[in-house]
Amino acid sequence: MTTQTIERVRVVGTAAPAHAGSPRAAGGSGGMFWRIVSPLLAVVALLGLWQISVDLGEVDPTVVPSPVRVWESGWAASEQIAEATAATLQITLMGLLFAIVSAVLVASVLSFVPPLRQTILPLLIAAQSVPIIVLAPLFIIWFGFEAGPKIVLVGIVSMLPLTISLLQGLLSADPDAAALMGSMGASRWRIFLSLRVPTALPVAITGLRIMTSFIVVAAIFSEYVGARVGLGIFMQTQKNLYRTDLVFAAVFVSIAIGLTLFALTYLLEWLLLPWERRRKAVQR
Amino acid sequence: MTRPLMEVDGISKTYTSRLGETKVLDNISLHVDEGEFVSVIGPSGSGKSTLFSILAEQLAPTSGEVRFHGDRDRGAPFSAYMPQKDLLMPWLTVQDNASLGLVLGGMRRREARMRIAELLPTFRLAGREKAYPFELSGGMRQRVALLRTVVQERPLLLLDEPFGALDYLTRTELQLWLADLCAQQGLSVVLITHDIPEALFLSDRVYVLSNRPATVRMVLEQPAARPRPLSYLETDQFTRDERRLLAELTESGKRHLTDAA
Repeated sequence: MTTQTIERVRVVGTAAPAHAGSPRAAGGSGGMFWRIVSPLLAVVALLGLWQISVDLGEVDPTVVPSPVRVWESGWAASEQIAEATAATLQITLMGLLFAIVSAVLVASVLSFVPPLRQTILPLLIAAQSVPIIVLAPLFIIWFGFEAGPKIVLVGIVSMLPLTISLLQGLLSADPDAAALMGSMGASRWRIFLSLRVPTALPVAITGLRIMTSFIVVAAIFSEYVGARVGLGIFMQTQKNLYRTDLVFAAVFVSIAIGLTLFALTYLLEWLLLPWERRRKAVQR
Repeated sequence: MTRPLMEVDGISKTYTSRLGETKVLDNISLHVDEGEFVSVIGPSGSGKSTLFSILAEQLAPTSGEVRFHGDRDRGAPFSAYMPQKDLLMPWLTVQDNASLGLVLGGMRRREARMRIAELLPTFRLAGREKAYPFELSGGMRQRVALLRTVVQERPLLLLDEPFGALDYLTRTELQLWLADLCAQQGLSVVLITHDIPEALFLSDRVYVLSNRPATVRMVLEQPAARPRPLSYLETDQFTRDERRLLAELTESGKRHLTDAA
């Protein structure tokens, strides 16, 4: 049971399977250093290449602006961008919260009621398959222009990975362990809390991580129809003004939000799974 | 002082599926007196696990009866059991794994931890209370699982091949230690195993099961006082019984093969 979930986490986590006492363990801190530095180097190299190509090719800045130009005009428009970022961030975070709460509720209920699983799960997958670009205007027609409908929209379209992984985790608890806890006097609810939830946590965090990778995009799309401020609105406006540099600036901001959320899932994992923390420390 | 604690009276178990009926247990009777160590030994696939589940009150026999004599907490099972897998929760430390039965039974966590702390030295786990299961050796994990079982203080302990997955030396070490523990604490134990020396060395009485459907083919009394010294392995009683059991268990294996052909 546990080895299974742990393997699954490792696929998405960055830790390579290494064993305590193996030669790898000695170079462990160096590995950690490189895991952070090597992607940074790649980013710097890419930006450098981009800058050089634009400079040498004398590309029209309204087609492809150079990184330096993006930075300069982004800085000049920083007030505007900050306002847009705040609005989008609000939708993103509230949407994330809504998605987490809904996923936890739905997965918990489904784990208790098997017949509902067959009924509700296809509906959730269907909801995920409806393009947000279609849903967004409908939500505005139905519920109006306020932040509420957008939060619900972002939540609905992004809750699936967490719901599925959480449900799978809850159901993957060892039936023998459940029987043992039952013999110790635990109720079904107690077995849920003491066995199913801890079994599900590592897998659920993976689901959450996948969610953070696209929830910002969902929030931006939700603004495309009917919002007053936000990164999506900002990008649309600047695109219409041929301010490609400002479009790119907004893109970088949204990437930064996504990466930060992604990194925060590791912090959450560290806080929630102290036993995994210790196991990884041993393996490093 | 030897009053019967559990009496198993002619139980049979038949599983019914679409493919038909499979009889797993056939008219099995056995008993455990207070403070006794009783083993059930049989070839693999003989229905030991089914018998175990019935004794643990997780499965009802098709016919026959299991009677328990003694105090039991309201609604709680009569016995505490230790399954083949240690089933330690990877997210709980040694002390919390060991106190799981107490906490789920309604005891406060602090109180349960204190109870466990008293028993850690006896189970050779002193100083490891904050360790996680993955940090323990196989033998230690089994001792934590056993501690979790014993500390529930149920009238009867059920052990299902508790040392099956361990290497020979660790297993022997734990068998010797278990012999001392059970004798000291006067525990009443049913051990299910396929390890002949283990059954003979630890038990007051050994029930030998046949192949499926399992019947009791033989009952061996082991009158020597427990805990026994290692030299018990050299006694005539031990070697004779070991030979008899080997003949019995492998003979029934042969008969099973000819039946199938």
